[in-house]
Amino acid sequence: MRNLLSRTRLGTEGVLLGIILALSIVLALTTDSFLTLQNLFDLLNNQSVNIIFAVGLVVVLIAGGIDISFAVAASVVQYVVMTLLIDTLGGGSWPLGILLSMLVGTLLGLFNALLIHRFRIVSIIVTIGTFNLFFGLLMYFTGGVSIYDIPDWLYYSIPLLNLPAERGSATLYFPVAVMAVMVMLTWFILARTGFGRAVYGFGSSPEAARRSGVSVWKIHAFAYGWLGLCAGVAGLMQAHIVQEVVPNALIGQELPILAAVVLGGATLGGGRGSVLGAVLGVLLLAVVQNGLNLLGVTPYAFRMIVGLIILIAITTSNLGNLLPRSTRAQNV
Amino acid sequence: MNNPLNTPSRAGIRLGGDTIEVMVMMALLIISIVFFSLLAPGFLSATNFSSMSMQLPELGLLSLAMLVPIISGGLNLSVTFTANIAGLTTAWLVQGLLAGVGILSVPMAIMVGLVVGAAAGFIIGIIVAYVGAHPILVSLGAMIFLQGVGEFLTRGGGISGMPEVFQTIGSGSFLGVPIPMLIFLTAAAGLMYVMHFTRIGFSIYMLGSNPRATEYSGINVKRVLITVYTISGLLAGLAGMVMLARFNSVRVGHGESYLLITVLACFLAGANPFGGFGRVLPLVLGLMSLQVIASGMNLMGASQHLATAVWGAFLIIVMALRMPFIKQS
Repeated sequence: MRNLLSRTRLGTEGVLLGIILALSIVLALTTDSFLTLQNLFDLLNNQSVNIIFAVGLVVVLIAGGIDISFAVAASVVQYVVMTLLIDTLGGGSWPLGILLSMLVGTLLGLFNALLIHRFRIVSIIVTIGTFNLFFGLLMYFTGGVSIYDIPDWLYYSIPLLNLPAERGSATLYFPVAVMAVMVMLTWFILARTGFGRAVYGFGSSPEAARRSGVSVWKIHAFAYGWLGLCAGVAGLMQAHIVQEVVPNALIGQELPILAAVVLGGATLGGGRGSVLGAVLGVLLLAVVQNGLNLLGVTPYAFRMIVGLIILIAITTSNLGNLLPRSTRAQNV
Repeated sequence: MNNPLNTPSRAGIRLGGDTIEVMVMMALLIISIVFFSLLAPGFLSATNFSSMSMQLPELGLLSLAMLVPIISGGLNLSVTFTANIAGLTTAWLVQGLLAGVGILSVPMAIMVGLVVGAAAGFIIGIIVAYVGAHPILVSLGAMIFLQGVGEFLTRGGGISGMPEVFQTIGSGSFLGVPIPMLIFLTAAAGLMYVMHFTRIGFSIYMLGSNPRATEYSGINVKRVLITVYTISGLLAGLAGMVMLARFNSVRVGHGESYLLITVLACFLAGANPFGGFGRVLPLVLGLMSLQVIASGMNLMGASQHLATAVWGAFLIIVMALRMPFIKQS
């Protein structure tokens, strides 16, 4: 499989794109609502938060780490920012809200980075620790109480693009624009700057990168800090979309998003993966769920099918390992 | 030096290698017991101890299920949902298919439930062994899949109303020790035997510390990996049975929040995230300290969530102190 892929120069992204397109064609032919502007816009509106999380997470995976705590960190950001804005800053505004969310999110990410870098603890242990720490403290201080009374600027949705459609109109909302900005920024840093290449280099071989002069703490701080920043933004967008802040709204999202990002070609070993792949991974799962929904499959079956797809994807993308070792060695 | 080379399996050597780890966890347990018996009113009461030993087994069995893959250098994220699926199977069989069999129905249903748990682990093991994908990813996929299967089959609802036998298992006690605790201790002892005194246990440790060396020394690595995840699934199934008995009902998502706690407990007890290290006894002691912290804080009037936060902080602190001593691979 890998052999075939490298020969055709498609890459994981190409394969994913192909699968998404094939699925879309099938769905466009079998349902009358899939290929409508409304449906496609809704798909983007609904996935914007997940995609922001995903592009943050892919940075950490490329740098050779893993983070379990980002979804809980996003909830913490929601609470801290809302409380600050409502209680001390008299409501705030969009620029202030986004800035604060980025700041708090980055700080939480840097906390992970500090523990990973300073104490040399493996990232999975640190983030499982901070997952419990953040979540426990969040539930303790909020008492599990939701915030319904969010500021007006956050409450009302902002239409970006309103096109007439068959029934009513199709609208793209503000979170999609934020998503696009985060995707572009992450892509630019990873693919178009020297520092981004250093992140890839560090992920594939930390020791080699260190010896060639890459400063390790910068990589750690950037990877986890950037994920924290993305989580902060995603948290704010999620609160904006659902118009309330619920302490356990995002917990449990971390593993499905991890699965989607891995579907997009990132590996747990580091050094591999791309922003495009992460976005396509999230979109593939979204298109599948959307398609199942439109085909009238019971929602209770969704997760089973998504799980099966992930298992099949993991199996097929590693099929190269089933080849005899001599053929495999040529590809390494 | 009189011992022949081919009989190195003296218990003293195998357990002795980690005496420090056992002592650290023992100290932790004693410190937390002393701390809370001084500060928390009613901590040293029989009621508190029996309630602690009631709560420990579910998390304990799930942690044992997590420990074996971690020792082999992997992780099994599907333990909680494997437990749910095993519990569901047993509940269905008891209430449906096997309802007419009479007294034999319960043991048969439990057997089938355990087999289902082991089968889930077996499939994960096959994928990990033959496809070579990272265990975290395989078990993550399996976790989402199993949760989905459970949701699909139960439509998000639960099954309750088990026969009385389950209540006896769940809340009864034998010689003053709650039966779930006895099940947990038996499982821990059994696992300790397998991991420290059998060929397969030794192979699992070897595989965790150096897969290639293990393969080159003639051990069938694929078979060992499949065994690892089958054992894990079986223990998760057992946890499912205990949950079923204790709550007299089963629901998909039951115990979901335990998942990351089990990983936390294993790392706390000295398991190496890169595999090869980790013992059953420190894990049991570590779990007891976690339970003591939770119950003690509960008695002091702190919320359960604060205990979760303390567990998280605890893990980070212990790892920060321990990390200079861990072999990095």
